[in-house]
Amino acid sequence: MTRVQCEQVADLLADVADGSVNLDRASRRHVDRCLRCQAELVQYRKLLRALHTLRTEVLEPAPGLLADILASIEEAGERRAVRSMLTGRRIAYVGGIAAAATAGAAGAILIATRGRRSRVSLAG
Amino acid sequence: MPNEIGDLTELVISARAGDQQAFETLVRATYADTYTLAYRLTGDEEDARDVVQESYLRAFRGLKRFRGDAQFTTWLYRITANCASTHLGRRAKHRHDELSDDVPLPDRNPDVDPAARNDARLTRDRITDALRLLPPRLRAVVVLRDVYDLPHEAIAAELGISESAAKVRLHRARKRLREDLFPLRGDQEREEGDARAV
Repeated sequence: MTRVQCEQVADLLADVADGSVNLDRASRRHVDRCLRCQAELVQYRKLLRALHTLRTEVLEPAPGLLADILASIEEAGERRAVRSMLTGRRIAYVGGIAAAATAGAAGAILIATRGRRSRVSLAG
Repeated sequence: MPNEIGDLTELVISARAGDQQAFETLVRATYADTYTLAYRLTGDEEDARDVVQESYLRAFRGLKRFRGDAQFTTWLYRITANCASTHLGRRAKHRHDELSDDVPLPDRNPDVDPAARNDARLTRDRITDALRLLPPRLRAVVVLRDVYDLPHEAIAAELGISESAAKVRLHRARKRLREDLFPLRGDQEREEGDARAV
């Protein structure tokens, strides 16, 4: 086998080991005959298995981390509560002003309508 | 996450509805795993602590946007990966030496016969050490893909790189880990050959 072919296959071996690539026939034939490529393939498989086992390992965080996280969440929660309270008040103010404006407008229309009626009846 | 955290669905629903107590219970159930991921990504305890705190804050603020179509823990991995990437990026502005992909891995046992090293049992400590020696950009991709099974697309999105860049980094990371943990005769020649070709 030529060196070039070996290098072409070598670039695919990690993906072959994780199952994301299937070698074509010529490359498979090369690996079957090439001890170096076979060794690399075996080692990539070992490496991927070893990396995967890390997933089951949980490291022990330094003491105090949980308390720090909870404190920052609590602080963020308080800020959020204050913000939503302020937003609520703002909505109440705006609502109050809108209601007052609506009532004022309705009153003005009512007065204007009554005034027009009384003018009409006087004229009649 | 890997260890028995159990079903977090009810807690997530309550937390999304604004129950802060439920969110705190979620934190208690997951923080050690989140710390483990953060440590694997940053390779430093202090950095991992900062990343974990920032991750939970982001999760707390963004919980309403979590649609529940992925597992809560997967969503948390992605936030943690994003925070770690940002954190390391910020730190790299002050420590340029950390970010180069071209720092050669030191041969810590030059006297040991490579064949004997190949046969030696692969321990978690060795692989953890090898991961720590990788440049952070390569380490992040290989940890997220090969340890935590995140798809290329998610990794690319959280690290702010293209999918093809994520694949290239994964390829380089795996190659370097293999060469560090199981050096073969000829790896050195091949490296030199690649360098000459460049």
